[in-house]
Amino acid sequence: MALIELEDVRRDFTIRTRTGRLRREKRVVHAVDGLSFTVGAGECVGYIGPNGAGKSTTIKMLTGILVPTAGRLRVAGVEPARERVGLARRIGVVFGQRTTLWWDLPLRDSYELARRIYRIPPDRYRANLARCVELLDLGALLDTPVRQLSLGQRMRGDLAAALLHDPQVLYLDEPTIGLDVVSKARVREFLREVNRAEGTTVLLTTHDLTDIEQLCGRVMVIDHGRVVYDGSLDGLHTAGCSERTLVVDLAEPRPAITVPGARVVRVEGPRQWLAFPAEQSAAPLVAAVAERYPLVDLSVREPAIEDVIARMYAEVAIG
Amino acid sequence: MQLAQRLRPPERKAGTGSVRLYLAVAAGSFRRYSTYRAATLAGAFTNTVFGCILAYTFLALWQARPGVGGYDSNQAVTYIWVSQALLITVAVWGGGFQDDVQERFRNGDIAVDLYRPVDFMGWWLAADLGRAAFHLIGRGVAPTLVGVLAFGIRLPGHPYTWAAFLVSVLLAVLVSFGLRFLVSLTGFWLHDSEGVRSVMVVVALFFSGALLPLTLFPGGLGELARLLPWSALIQVPTDVFLERRSGTALLGALGFQAAWAVLLLAAGRLVQLLATRKVVVHGG
Repeated sequence: MALIELEDVRRDFTIRTRTGRLRREKRVVHAVDGLSFTVGAGECVGYIGPNGAGKSTTIKMLTGILVPTAGRLRVAGVEPARERVGLARRIGVVFGQRTTLWWDLPLRDSYELARRIYRIPPDRYRANLARCVELLDLGALLDTPVRQLSLGQRMRGDLAAALLHDPQVLYLDEPTIGLDVVSKARVREFLREVNRAEGTTVLLTTHDLTDIEQLCGRVMVIDHGRVVYDGSLDGLHTAGCSERTLVVDLAEPRPAITVPGARVVRVEGPRQWLAFPAEQSAAPLVAAVAERYPLVDLSVREPAIEDVIARMYAEVAIG
Repeated sequence: MQLAQRLRPPERKAGTGSVRLYLAVAAGSFRRYSTYRAATLAGAFTNTVFGCILAYTFLALWQARPGVGGYDSNQAVTYIWVSQALLITVAVWGGGFQDDVQERFRNGDIAVDLYRPVDFMGWWLAADLGRAAFHLIGRGVAPTLVGVLAFGIRLPGHPYTWAAFLVSVLLAVLVSFGLRFLVSLTGFWLHDSEGVRSVMVVVALFFSGALLPLTLFPGGLGELARLLPWSALIQVPTDVFLERRSGTALLGALGFQAAWAVLLLAAGRLVQLLATRKVVVHGG
C-alpha cells in the first residue's frame, strides 16, 4: 500500500530581486520540478541531495505547510495542504535543528502537552512513553528542564515527542546533525526499532550517509528538484559507476604495472593502487597481477558512498 | 499497535479536549515564568522604585493642583501603584509571547508551529494568559504592598470591587494580547516585527495611562485617548480598582474593554488566516 504518492509535483517560488533604484525583477525558481515517487507503508527511505536540491520543500509539501504549484500529492490517502491539521495527528516530524520541546520546563511537561495536543488515550500514552524512555534512555532526564539538556539528549527528547501519538509516517530532517558517535548510534538504533516493530514509515533526509547505510533499504537522490536515483544503496554504486580499489604491495618498486580490466591510479614505492568497476569480482584481477608480478600483500577497498554521490551531483550539474 | 487502530479517524471531542489542552498550556506558561526567580525579584524591585519616584512626583503635582484629573492626591498615588502593579501583567512594554514568537520567526521554528494540530493563536493566547497570571502575582503584589505600607494607598473594601477588578484585568490582558498578536503577525510579511513593536510600545505607554492618567490629557486628545484600545490596559482597570466606576458605569467600562478584546481578537484571527495562506500558498 502506498502511503506517500507524488505524481509530477512541481513547486515554484517567485523571487524578486532589486535591479535598479525602483525596478524589481521577478524570477521564478523551480524548487521542485516534476517530482514523482511512492513510498509504501513500513518503508524506511533515505532522501538525499545537495543543499538546495528541494528536500525541505518536499517535506514541507508532504506535511501540508506548503501547497504544490502543480501535480498530485497524497499522504495516507489525503491531500496534505487541504487537511493539514487532520494529517498532523497522524504524522511525526523531527527537524534536527528545531525543537518542539518546551525550553524552560522539564521534558516530562512537553510530553504531557503532546498527550493533550494529539489526544493520546492514557494507556497508549503510558505504553509509548515507557517504550521511548527505555529505548532512548530518557529515564534520568524526564525531570530536567530542556534548556539543561545536551544536544544529543534534546534530540532524543524530540524523537520521543514525535512518536508518542503513534504516527504512521515519521519525517526526519537531519536527525543526527551535530551529535557525537554514541548519540548517533543510539538514535539510529531507536529509529530502526520503531520502523521494524511499529511498521512506522520513515522518510529521512540527511547529509550523514552512515544514517542511510544503517537504516534505509532504499535511497532517493534528488537534485534540482528531480529524482536522479531511486533504488537500493548497493545499486547506487552501479548507477554512479563507482570503482573499487585493489591495493597491491609488490616485492620491489616498479613503474605503474599493466593489468587488463584495471588501471593504476597511484604509485608509492612498491605499493600501487588499481581501480576497477565495483560490480566486477576482484578474484581474476588478483590472479592476473599475481601471475605477472611478485606479490607481497594485497587488500581491496570498497568505494566510499560519499564519493559516489558527490560524483552523481557533479554529473547532474554538468548534464 | 494495529494498523486498523491507527487508521481509525481521530476522536472528535474538540470541546473538553481543547479546553484541557489550553489550560495545560497556560499552566505550563505560568510555571515557565515562575522558574525565573531572580528576574521576577529584580522586576518587582524596579516596579517598586519607579512607583516611588512617580508617587513623589504625583504628590508634588497634586499638592500644587489639588483634584486635577478628578483624583484626590491619595487616589493619584493609588493610581500610580496600581498601574505599576499592572504594567507587566498587561505587557504595556510588549513581550511575553511576543518574545517567543519573534524568536521563532528569526530561527525558523515558526514552521514547527504550523504542522502541529493546534491553533496558533489559541496556543499563544493560552500561554500569554498563564504568563499574565504569574506576573499579576509575581510583579503585582510587591508594588501594591509597598504602596499600602509606605504611601497608605486605599485598597477597595468591597469584594465585588476586587472581583470586578480581576475581570477588568483579564479583559485588559485580552486586549493587550490582541494588539501584540497583530504586531507579531507582521513577522509573516516583514520577517522581523521588532520595528513595528518599538513603535507600538511608545504608543502603548502614552495611550494606556501608564505614564499619566488619561483624564489629565486635554480636550480632544483626552477624548481620543479614552476611546482607543490602549486605555483598556491601565486606565480602565485602575479606575475600577479606585471604585470610580460603579453600577452601569462599571458595566460600561467592562463592556468597552470586552468590545475591544472581541474586535482585536477577531482581527487577529483574520490576519492569521491570511498569514497562513501566504505561507502555505506562496512559501515562507
